[in-house]
Amino acid sequence: MTGGLISEVRRSSMRSAASPAVRPARDHIPGEIGIWLFVAGDLLVFSAFFIVIALGYKTQIELFTQARATLDMWVGVLNTLFLLTGSWFVAKGVESCRETHGVSSHRYFALGILCGVLFVANKSFEWGLKISAGITPLTNDFFMYFFVFTGIHLVHVVVGLGVLLVARGVSRRPVLRAKDIRTVESAATFWHLIDLLWIVLFSMFYLL
Amino acid sequence: MTEARETGFLRQGTNIAWLLLVGSTLFGWWLGHVVHSADEYVRIATAGVLVTAFVKTWIVGFQFMELRHAPWWLRHAFHAWVLVMCVVLLILCV
Repeated sequence: MTGGLISEVRRSSMRSAASPAVRPARDHIPGEIGIWLFVAGDLLVFSAFFIVIALGYKTQIELFTQARATLDMWVGVLNTLFLLTGSWFVAKGVESCRETHGVSSHRYFALGILCGVLFVANKSFEWGLKISAGITPLTNDFFMYFFVFTGIHLVHVVVGLGVLLVARGVSRRPVLRAKDIRTVESAATFWHLIDLLWIVLFSMFYLL
Repeated sequence: MTEARETGFLRQGTNIAWLLLVGSTLFGWWLGHVVHSADEYVRIATAGVLVTAFVKTWIVGFQFMELRHAPWWLRHAFHAWVLVMCVVLLILCV
């Protein structure tokens, strides 16, 4: 029974037993279709955010350059590394669930969660420093965009941590059915979206 | 199955993607310093920051989100988003 279930998952997720491991079949949509509709919607919303920031940069370049210089670059770089590394662990967790499901599967998700928690802590530290220095969203347009857009992103991270907790719980099951694999893939897709959006936000707020 | 598993850190796509992403983050960081320190190369460095960012988003989508194995319409929709957003932001910022 158990062997049959594992085979079912492997047949649906893998090209063949002889293929390199952790490779899903061609034309495979990871997770549920609903998560991809959410990804598409979120990408469109954040596209508008990116254009608003760029327009602000274009029309108030002096103010944006001066305001950006007050940001702590290392905080942004560190947060980028936390999310990239978190995404890496989550991607490894999905591969582990799909192929060699065992104890390591849920540990990868736990490490991904740890990276997310470090991101939230670092972001809170950064915001705390800014607010204690008297810098708020009302200071100027740059900080209005900075607090609002990174704040919306931070909400995504917090929701993503909850989603990863669900994925970790599913990955602890002794046997993973095809439906469980789709749940784990959906959670991972959402987490990678968070990473992807941060990459652009980091570049626009900290590097330009 | 175990014997079919790719071994070696650099033989697994997710590991290579992570190394590329970390490397390009450090490269983007350096370009950011150029943007704010040298007038002569500001436009090139600004373009470099944006192109590096969208190359990173493509790596995340292609490797981590597994779009490399997705149906062509989903893969190309993502490619279109990366390309269009990169061009729009280059026009606005450079």
